[in-house]
Amino acid sequence: MNAHPLITLQNVTKTFGPVTVIQDVTVSVYPGQVQVLLGENGAGKSTLIKMVAGVYQPDGGQILVDGTVTTLPTTKAAEDHGIATIHQELNLVATMSVAENVMLGRMPTKFGMVDRKELRRQARAALALIGLDVDVNLLVGDLGIAKQQLVEIAKALSINARVLILDEPTAALTRHETQALFAVMADLRSRGVGMLFISHHLDEIAEVGDTVTVIRDGHFIAEVPASTPEDELVKLMVGRSIEDQFPRRADETPAVTEVLTVTNLTSAGQFDDISFTVRAGEVLGIAGLVGAGRTELIRAIAGADKYDTGTVTVRGTKLPKGDIKAAIRAGIGHVPEDRKGQGLVLDASVNDNLGYATLASSAKLGLADFTGQRRRAEAVAKTLRIRMHTIDQPIRSLSGGNQQKAVFGRWIIAASTVLLLDEPTRGVDVGAKVEIYELMNSITAAGGAIVMVSSELPEILGMSDRILVMRDGRLAGELSAADATQDTVMTLAARDVAAQR
Amino acid sequence: MSTTTTITPTPTRRSFDYKTFLANNGALVGLVVLCIALVIATPDFLTGQNLLNIGIQVSTVAVLAFGMTFVIVAGGIDLSVGAVAALSAMASGWFFVSAGLPGWVALLGGLAVGLLAGIVNGAANAYGKLPSFIATLAMLSVARGLTLVISDGRPIKTAAEVSFLGGNLGPVPMPIVVLVVAALVASFILNRTVLGRSMYAVGGNAEAARLSGLPVKRIIVTVFALAGLFAALAGLLLAGRLDSAQPQAAAGYELDAIAAVVIGGASLSGGLGKISGTFIGALVLVVIRNGLNLLNVSSFWQQVVIGLVIALAVGADVLRRKTRNS
Repeated sequence: MNAHPLITLQNVTKTFGPVTVIQDVTVSVYPGQVQVLLGENGAGKSTLIKMVAGVYQPDGGQILVDGTVTTLPTTKAAEDHGIATIHQELNLVATMSVAENVMLGRMPTKFGMVDRKELRRQARAALALIGLDVDVNLLVGDLGIAKQQLVEIAKALSINARVLILDEPTAALTRHETQALFAVMADLRSRGVGMLFISHHLDEIAEVGDTVTVIRDGHFIAEVPASTPEDELVKLMVGRSIEDQFPRRADETPAVTEVLTVTNLTSAGQFDDISFTVRAGEVLGIAGLVGAGRTELIRAIAGADKYDTGTVTVRGTKLPKGDIKAAIRAGIGHVPEDRKGQGLVLDASVNDNLGYATLASSAKLGLADFTGQRRRAEAVAKTLRIRMHTIDQPIRSLSGGNQQKAVFGRWIIAASTVLLLDEPTRGVDVGAKVEIYELMNSITAAGGAIVMVSSELPEILGMSDRILVMRDGRLAGELSAADATQDTVMTLAARDVAAQR
Repeated sequence: MSTTTTITPTPTRRSFDYKTFLANNGALVGLVVLCIALVIATPDFLTGQNLLNIGIQVSTVAVLAFGMTFVIVAGGIDLSVGAVAALSAMASGWFFVSAGLPGWVALLGGLAVGLLAGIVNGAANAYGKLPSFIATLAMLSVARGLTLVISDGRPIKTAAEVSFLGGNLGPVPMPIVVLVVAALVASFILNRTVLGRSMYAVGGNAEAARLSGLPVKRIIVTVFALAGLFAALAGLLLAGRLDSAQPQAAAGYELDAIAAVVIGGASLSGGLGKISGTFIGALVLVVIRNGLNLLNVSSFWQQVVIGLVIALAVGADVLRRKTRNS
């Protein structure tokens, strides 16, 4: 790279109260280059990004834009320098249309009124840039999370960004959608846009990145080329080597006891005639594209939503429709897709969050069992190695991986034996991921059964004993762990969809 | 969010962190400052009679606000508590005078009316899918209207059992006794029972609570039922003091109750709040009014001051969230 960097964070330091989050880190983004920022949750990636985006000011060091020392006191100032950010959390107004969201703050006007026609035209142009085909008049809230993400990206791109910051843009995307995004990124790169990219998917780094800056505990560790082997990257990131990213230990003896049986389950418009069984000690993976009906199916089994016909049976007991409590009593534990929106009460303590599923069942005469709950929570937090200061701190203040472990912990306290996992490692760093996989192993080793929906194919392939593939609400096929490859799974998941396009 | 594990400050015991203390106990500190200022400003403040007055005045507001605390912690709002208080007292008077029921039955009947109104609020919210703001706004109008219908706009004499609530127990005014008991009961419900803990979960994230198997709808109905019951108790306290149920009693008290809860540190978005905080919030409101009265400040200006205090308290709440989340 002989060009000058578009932006450089030079020896920056950031402290919050007594805690130093970033210490003396230097990162540069060059034109036409994808700079990957790699580190575990809590390493300080988001803080770095927020300094580039004008959200935080560095306490030490300086920011150079085009070689000139610059302060970015606000996000507006950053945008004025051509720095656009796609945050981990979507910044969209669910009740406004796609077009309005894309053009928010820059709506074209005519005689002082919004020029609807021009608005739609510009929004369509922005969407076309990333090949997203949605009706710009739809409300953003009616789109799936993947499409919302793409709208957000279209919005950021439409400001003519020179520097694009992408904070885990692929976390909620399927392989297919990720590929589309990468194509857009490649196009931007050829046009000289510099990008700062964060992802927990190591395989994406070599695919899309140029150089990788590794940070750990707020310190700069190394800058390496993106072609560095994954093992090496993991080692740099966590400071030790992780032997196996997917440590699935299946039982040697094939299990016979059927724990969960789903028969002809149908919910109009969501999934159709789904039948399968899960045996004790087994991990059943459910693969498919976003929108194939996987989440809806899981929710119906968990009692979170009603379904039209069919039955769900756990160990011979038929579960009533839409009855979460009955499902829990039968041993079902549901780890929902959206940890913050559906899994946790963020302002409540770790202790409280661990105890919600057992709040009523452990109570005596309507009185909450405080001492017992604390004892159980302490024990499970220790087993799961939930990293926290105290069990009474709000769960909001834990990292994503530790939050997710707490959702698991809730069901471990409830002694659930059938776990329904929906994207169990979304937004979770490599170290915590492996811990979650180990946890799945110990659950199945103890005779539990797991159904796992995941959009991460390596995870599905690495952790499942059997794989069901869903397509358009139907079962497209079943694969054994031995037969499954990315290709066989994707062929089943996307065949018709591809044919339709 | 990914940085937050490393930045959560470890509690330091070496130095007293007055910022955190202020942020967490703003209302209490405000109350103490207020009291000291009033002691200095007027000799009439720190007298036994005035303190008893404050106690009696705070009882109605605080009892209403305890019920409101349940609702706000569970993520709702109840605009009907003032009107339900009036309706309950009026119904109790009607049971006694017109229906000729025994005094204690009239007392319990009044409480039952409040409970029922609360259940209707809760059911409209949980099952009827009406936002609690709308459901209780409707109830406000209905309850106040029914109060006027029953009474024909005239006060009704209350039973001796109800009047007893406005009297004295030895040297202590009964409203203060009721206040203390209500505070203990409310605090017990919120802190110790499954119901109370569930309220925090429902207010914090109703979907997460539901997916954990908590009966969210039933909890919401119970929460509003409790608010109705506490409102009825407040209404009976008020009637007991006057020996009569007044058709316009407790008008506008819902706003005092909400203000007390918010000053006490609860969040209107739900999931946060304490009975002790609400009690302090109610005291702040009442002591300000009492002090301004003693200082001969017009009631018009009092409203201005109360408004500023609410804004200040909510400002402190925002500040507290900011320090916690950054």
